[in-house]
Amino acid sequence: MFDESNIIVGLEIGTSKVCAVVGEQGDDGSLNIVGLGQSRSRGVRKGEIADAAMVEEDVRNAIVEAEQMADVEIRSVYLGVTGGHIRGFNNRGVHPVVSADREISKEDVQDVVKNAKAINLPAENTIIHAVRQHFLVDGHGGVTDPVGMLGARIEVDMHVVHGNTNRLQNAIRLVKGLQLKVEEIVSSGLASSLALLTSEQKELGALVIDIGAGTTDYVVYADGVIKHTGVLAVGGDHVSNDLGHGLKVPLSRAEKLKLEHGSALVDETMIGRTLTITNELGLPLKTINVEHLQRIMSLRLEEIFQIIASDLEQAGLTDYLRAGVFLCGGGARVPQMAPLAERILQLPVSIGQTNSISGLKSALDQPEFVTAIGLAKFGSVKSRRTDGKTSIAQGIKSTITSFLRR
Amino acid sequence: MKTKTETPAVELKSNHMRTIKIIGVGGAGVSLLDTLDGVEFAGAGMVAINTDGTSLAASAAMVKIHLETKLLRGLGTGGDAERGQAIAEEQFSTLKTACGGADVVLIISGLGGGAGSGISPVLARAAKETGALVLAFVTLPFLCEGNRRQQQARQSLEQLKSVADGVICLPSQKAFKLIDENTSVLDTFRITGGLLVEGVRGVWQLLTRPGLIQIHFDDLCALVRNRHSESSFAFVEASGAGRSREVVEKLLIHPLLDEGRALADSDAVLVSLMGGKDLTMAEVNRVMEQIGRHCEHVQIIMGAAVDMRMRDRLSVTVIAAKHNAAAESSAASTPATTSGDQGGQMISRGATARSGARCGTSAPAFNLEQREQLLAKNANRPRKAASKMRQEQLPLAIISKGRFDKSEPTVHKGEDLDIPTFVRRGVALN
Repeated sequence: MFDESNIIVGLEIGTSKVCAVVGEQGDDGSLNIVGLGQSRSRGVRKGEIADAAMVEEDVRNAIVEAEQMADVEIRSVYLGVTGGHIRGFNNRGVHPVVSADREISKEDVQDVVKNAKAINLPAENTIIHAVRQHFLVDGHGGVTDPVGMLGARIEVDMHVVHGNTNRLQNAIRLVKGLQLKVEEIVSSGLASSLALLTSEQKELGALVIDIGAGTTDYVVYADGVIKHTGVLAVGGDHVSNDLGHGLKVPLSRAEKLKLEHGSALVDETMIGRTLTITNELGLPLKTINVEHLQRIMSLRLEEIFQIIASDLEQAGLTDYLRAGVFLCGGGARVPQMAPLAERILQLPVSIGQTNSISGLKSALDQPEFVTAIGLAKFGSVKSRRTDGKTSIAQGIKSTITSFLRR
Repeated sequence: MKTKTETPAVELKSNHMRTIKIIGVGGAGVSLLDTLDGVEFAGAGMVAINTDGTSLAASAAMVKIHLETKLLRGLGTGGDAERGQAIAEEQFSTLKTACGGADVVLIISGLGGGAGSGISPVLARAAKETGALVLAFVTLPFLCEGNRRQQQARQSLEQLKSVADGVICLPSQKAFKLIDENTSVLDTFRITGGLLVEGVRGVWQLLTRPGLIQIHFDDLCALVRNRHSESSFAFVEASGAGRSREVVEKLLIHPLLDEGRALADSDAVLVSLMGGKDLTMAEVNRVMEQIGRHCEHVQIIMGAAVDMRMRDRLSVTVIAAKHNAAAESSAASTPATTSGDQGGQMISRGATARSGARCGTSAPAFNLEQREQLLAKNANRPRKAASKMRQEQLPLAIISKGRFDKSEPTVHKGEDLDIPTFVRRGVALN
């Protein structure tokens, strides 16, 4: 039905669900979401694979569902990765301009970027992203493209996101085992921010917090570039676990209570109210105080925001977030989440909307699918960039090779 | 002003006449002392001090001081810094004579053990009392060596900082960045030791080699004296055509300078360049310019020297002294430790140490009676006993981490986030 080369798939192997989003890239480069497949995830803990066989099955189900819905065959995916091992930091690369006329050439720019990437990472880590922020020429900042400028020294600030090679490879290998090509791995937080933020918001400065089941990913944009990223391996699962522990109910029940009666702030009208939980025959099992439920939940969520707030404060970024904070992920569904976040972060908070993408309304409205949509968007931006470069001959060659590969 | 009155003779001597003593303390210090090249360090007085006779016997140092009393029964300190300190106090006069006549005393020691952590601060004080400039080069133990050694090392470092003029401290853990997975334990220790020795060598070259642009002894004194600061140092070397660029790059990614951040954070930086006779002014200029750019508001002292043996190599030593406001104020309130009324002075010292809650305390001095009491107490104690009695607390309720029991814990600033927040914060649910 669709031209295969225009199909871009984002796959997110989350802690609560596996989600595949199929996007179709129009000729003008815009992305249209045409399919969505999801499956409950059973083998992931804190964003990382714990039971490969189960995950494999879940991924297969999600992919099949997405294929059916979009009526395409999925061959390659952009894979989202997360986990507590993923870290981001800023690094500066320096390179002296050696040419006689002091004109900065493309090679100089390549060199300085290379220098900025040459960081002392632990041996077992690999770089996931290295995003250019700004160039400095002779110490003057704010240069976006220094090629052709004159200067003696060129510097570049990069934001580098890196993670443990083995743990990243686990997910990649699993997807490859399903005969899917992994085009690229993308950190989940970055993907979410890509789906939510407009370029104006990036310019103004914005914080995206993706509260998933296993991890909370956050990304800070300011002046149009990524300034800070972080992954906290705490999420909705922790809330359920806390409830299970505090209310002395099994996890499945805690999960259900969270969805039905949860709130990020303690509802004053609920104080003193109780709930009776019943077994499948309708017999009362236990009475639960709603206030306790909400207090336990509120404390956990509050802590997540506090950790993020202190991290941003340390990075000195709190004053740059003029566009405010955007929440997404399953956690964004919790009632009263925005007021809680507002109270702690002292910034305007709203639930993120994927406005810049068209397609299935049912998919775009859900905060849970933001990451997967962002992955597809990442893919479309990437392929748009490479598309311009491929000649006709290369195009033919790639169609032949892809044909042979079948 | 204190400097002038203390060492008037030193200012008059020429650069070459300075007597420098390098003292290795404890097992690590003694073995590091041996790795110093005898030819290069000709003219330095090497002294090895330890409580353990066997390590001293193997040492090649000229002067060996075996701190021993019968209370230790020839067993060394057994890793107990208090014991090391007590014995050093007992032999204070011996230590003082060992340091006598030196203008600069460089102390090399590995903190964490009994001898290194216990003796070094006392030795620094002894050296200070003879009027020498005291620089300590110390390593901190690896994190895996355990809490107790870390604690002893930290404590000893604080004490050292408050007595020595400058402490150059190398946390071994930082050296992890320099080694890869396959490095053997032996090599790792050689590398960390090597880093320290490089620092000693850098200072040594600074003090002894004839300079084109000389760093005066006074400059070094001014940089470190009475600052009681913890300095970072780095020694890098490069050769070939692009050597000036290479050394700067190496400096800026040097783990001991926190990838160059230490330069910006410091409040005084000493840079010493050393090259063969082909060292050009342009190179010196280039290096200094680059370093200067990274520490704009910082006082920079620079020196350049030529050593015929360097051929086409260029080496740069950087010492970045960090301002330590707390220690400085305590230093100001503490009377200068030259000589005189020991007893009274010690009381005032103890008092300031106690009142200045957070700042480093100096090595406490004991009178003879106390010293004997402490030694006796230590000797009578069972060897394995922990240095401090700790009231054990049994957990009232076993906190289950539920579904996260088997997954990797999420630890943030020492808190295990897998444990429910309300439990950690002690919120009561009734």
